[in-house]
Amino acid sequence: MVLSHGVSGSDDSVHSTFASRYVRTSLPRFRMPEQSIPKEAAYQIINDELMLDGNPRLNLASFVTTWMEPECDKLIQASVNKNYVDMDEYPVTTELQNRCVNMIAHLFNAPLGDSETAVGVGTVGSSEAIMLAGLAFKRRWQNKMKAAGKPCDKPNIVTGANVQVCWEKFARYFEVELKEVKLSDGYYVMDPAKAVDLVDENTICVAAILGSTLNGEFEDVKLLNDLLAEKNAKTGWDTAIHVDAASGGFIAPFLYPELEWDFRLPLVKSINVSGHKYGLVYAGIGWCIWRSKEDLPEELIFHINYLGADQPTFTLNFSKGSSQVIAQYYQLIRLGFEGYKNIMENCQENAMVLKRGLEKTGRFNIVSKDNGVPLVAFSLKDSSRHNEFEISDFLRRFGWIVPAYTMPPDAQHVTVLRVVIREDFSRTLAERLVLDIEKVMHELDALPARVANGDSATAAAAASEREMAKQREVISLWKRAVLAKKKTNGVC
Amino acid sequence: MVLSKAVSETDMSVHSTFASRYVRSSLPRYRMPENSIPKEAAYQIINDELMLDGNPRLNLASFVTTWMEPECDKLIMAAINKNYVDMDEYPVTTELQNRCVNMIAHLFHAPLGESETAVGVGTVGSSEAIMLAGLAFKRRWQNKRRAEGKPFDKPNIITGANVQVCWEKFAKYFEVELKEVKLRDGYYVMDPEKAVDMVDENTICVAAILGSTLNGEFEDVKLLNDLLEKKNSETGWETPIHVDAASGGFIAPFLYPELEWDFRLPWVKSINVSGHKYGLVYAGIGWCIWRNKEDLPEELIFHINYLGADQPTFTLNFSKGSSQVIAQYYQLIRHGFEGYRNIMENCHENAMVLKEGLEKTGRFSIVSKDEGVPLVAFSLKDRSRHDEFEISDMLRRFGWIVPAYTMPPDAQHVTVLRVVIREEFSRTLAERLVLDIEKVMYQLDALPSKLMPPTLPAPLLAATKIAVKRTELETQRSVTEAWKKFVLAKRTNGVC
Repeated sequence: MVLSHGVSGSDDSVHSTFASRYVRTSLPRFRMPEQSIPKEAAYQIINDELMLDGNPRLNLASFVTTWMEPECDKLIQASVNKNYVDMDEYPVTTELQNRCVNMIAHLFNAPLGDSETAVGVGTVGSSEAIMLAGLAFKRRWQNKMKAAGKPCDKPNIVTGANVQVCWEKFARYFEVELKEVKLSDGYYVMDPAKAVDLVDENTICVAAILGSTLNGEFEDVKLLNDLLAEKNAKTGWDTAIHVDAASGGFIAPFLYPELEWDFRLPLVKSINVSGHKYGLVYAGIGWCIWRSKEDLPEELIFHINYLGADQPTFTLNFSKGSSQVIAQYYQLIRLGFEGYKNIMENCQENAMVLKRGLEKTGRFNIVSKDNGVPLVAFSLKDSSRHNEFEISDFLRRFGWIVPAYTMPPDAQHVTVLRVVIREDFSRTLAERLVLDIEKVMHELDALPARVANGDSATAAAAASEREMAKQREVISLWKRAVLAKKKTNGVC
Repeated sequence: MVLSKAVSETDMSVHSTFASRYVRSSLPRYRMPENSIPKEAAYQIINDELMLDGNPRLNLASFVTTWMEPECDKLIMAAINKNYVDMDEYPVTTELQNRCVNMIAHLFHAPLGESETAVGVGTVGSSEAIMLAGLAFKRRWQNKRRAEGKPFDKPNIITGANVQVCWEKFAKYFEVELKEVKLRDGYYVMDPEKAVDMVDENTICVAAILGSTLNGEFEDVKLLNDLLEKKNSETGWETPIHVDAASGGFIAPFLYPELEWDFRLPWVKSINVSGHKYGLVYAGIGWCIWRNKEDLPEELIFHINYLGADQPTFTLNFSKGSSQVIAQYYQLIRHGFEGYRNIMENCHENAMVLKEGLEKTGRFSIVSKDEGVPLVAFSLKDRSRHDEFEISDMLRRFGWIVPAYTMPPDAQHVTVLRVVIREEFSRTLAERLVLDIEKVMYQLDALPSKLMPPTLPAPLLAATKIAVKRTELETQRSVTEAWKKFVLAKRTNGVC
């Protein structure tokens, strides 16, 4: 940073930001500064530091929408100062939420009469939606057990080990035991038979995932429903299903309309979907839909008097922005059924282009299925010299963010790289990514292996002691640097 | 709506929105439409329907920020596609959150060493912050009871009846009993003595409010601390305090720096503040700060490996936007201490202008105090003919949204109108509001009372009664009855 030569005589406000004193001092990081600074300087300093964040559009780790049409951006900007929770003051915005709930409920084949309003709510994301759904199950189960004179202090929920972290949060924060069905090599989702086996009288629900985070696979909800119905008939426990359709909820109805996973299955009592994943809205909106009023205990609902009519609310958050609700409504009416279908078909197509490109290199196994969420999860055929974490690392230098993950138990030995295909990932980008992955493989091939294999051992035996020690030190430094970038638990 | 005369031959995309067929059909409200429509039409239709929402800037009901500088709006739009939770991908945004936590912790006098990092988190709002704080208290208390071999199935929390609805949510959803200290006429916040009286061995914490929703008053946290200190030394229960500083947390440090309400008091273990109230950021950001690591049980924290370092997270929400975090940091460094103080002083000044204007009309009692959150809560001196709900209703016609509320038990007979003074409520607007309230009073004075028929002098009344036909009287009564029902139906429970 170049310091100005003299102390200028003009008023501070004349100076352009980069000529001013404001870029000479580093901003406090632990305490509020005493003085104000001009808004232009504040803008510039923050904007510039943020340049070092990743580019959201190249963040192939995320399912969350990173592009919307400019017209929608305009609506978002215009409503950024509207607090959603002021329903009395902003009745149209509230009405838009209600319309979205109804549209999504119908999309999921909720058993509604012609002008019957759906039971559902907009949330900040699927985490909040899942907590609300889980709370409803927990309360229903408690009421049932209390009525039967049985203990209700040990509720549990059955899921696959592939669940997203928010289920673990729900379990921990709401004091419900999480019973996980372990995965196995080659089978990376919840096995319905094993799940139903784990169900006992304290099970508040079984949670199935439509669009597993790790490899995009849809769990077989129909099979789960049928097996659970059988067990319920024997036990009389009435255990129900929640479908975590965070990703899949806005894919299956358009790409796989015949697939029965939603309210068409009688034991499915609630479904959550992320508006901000394939609902095609920016981060900050999810939806939870219940089958019917009976599935949402009245005692959990808070009633607000809104325009003389009752507006029931069931959310964890209170004040929040209105922009994403409006944006979701925009997408639903702008695109309609045909628009969403076209987009999902494009995503699917581009996922296949990427998959074929990777297969053609001959270096990768494809771990994801063709059906499911449009993503490609792949691992190295040969990870003896280099592993997937190194590929992920090298790709960053090209600007791509492609995460590498290890599978949960019992498949921890499997590591995958995962590319999520979002609406804005065009074919051009898919082809470029393949090219860049090939470049990375080429570079890695030229580098020494990170782990000593048979050949290295033979070579090292012939080399002197000092050379061997030096090589080990270099390798371990490199390994530490790369492994330090490894993502551990928080898969999202 | 005028229908076009002929079916045009030109391609649909040529037509301007209002010339096209898209404004002729009504959009489905229960089901997704089958077909797509052009983006311009979608934009226009939605934009137009939203014109019928209230104007956020004239929404005097809300504490939540409704204006920010254009430079900040730019930063907000640029970050709109950034998912905050991707910490590994957006390390600078994460760093900005950490800086905000530290700055706010220091603002609240958290007992931190020179380069010790504060314990805190950014949330979507004070609701989430309060649930996290409550969860921490609940878990600490459970662990303590378990270690003592005592039952831990009946936790309770003590608050005033003036608490915001999110405390009731916390209690209901996390299965904690809510023990409310009732209010009384003239005393609209939690009485510290009564609160400490109610503390028992199952109390996970006492929650005090800095900036009561209904009248902006600051509860006496110092007195609460001292009384609780005494009780704790007698009982050994170690009951802590949480301060809900949703509104007051960004006011007290600037207007009342001598007021001891924060971590300077030893029993205060956590504080929440809304970034989107007097933190001066749009809706969608709150902060929860803990005194130190011990006050946040490790088992509640999820660890994410971020840039090779540990990034502990404790939130209910996962994916969410990054804009408000960045906007909060912008405000903290843009304004600094002096900027916030200037803004709060202006707000206070304008609140006094409004208060004096209302007093001068001679029609109102001022229920809010001068100290506290800059707002003016007022009621009618004479409620025999019209009430505050009617004033609220009639002000809407001028564009103003001024809510009327009844106080919680045991002061339900008191109704107030409440105007919140936000950053952008200038003196000009304050003076205009007084003018419009005077207009409303004038109009109301000319209208018959909705509560009872108009009172005439006795002899005239007797004469009139005989002369007036039954049907006219009945008609008048049914009109006033209808009007009364309509206005009373607007009464809300959910004060926010």
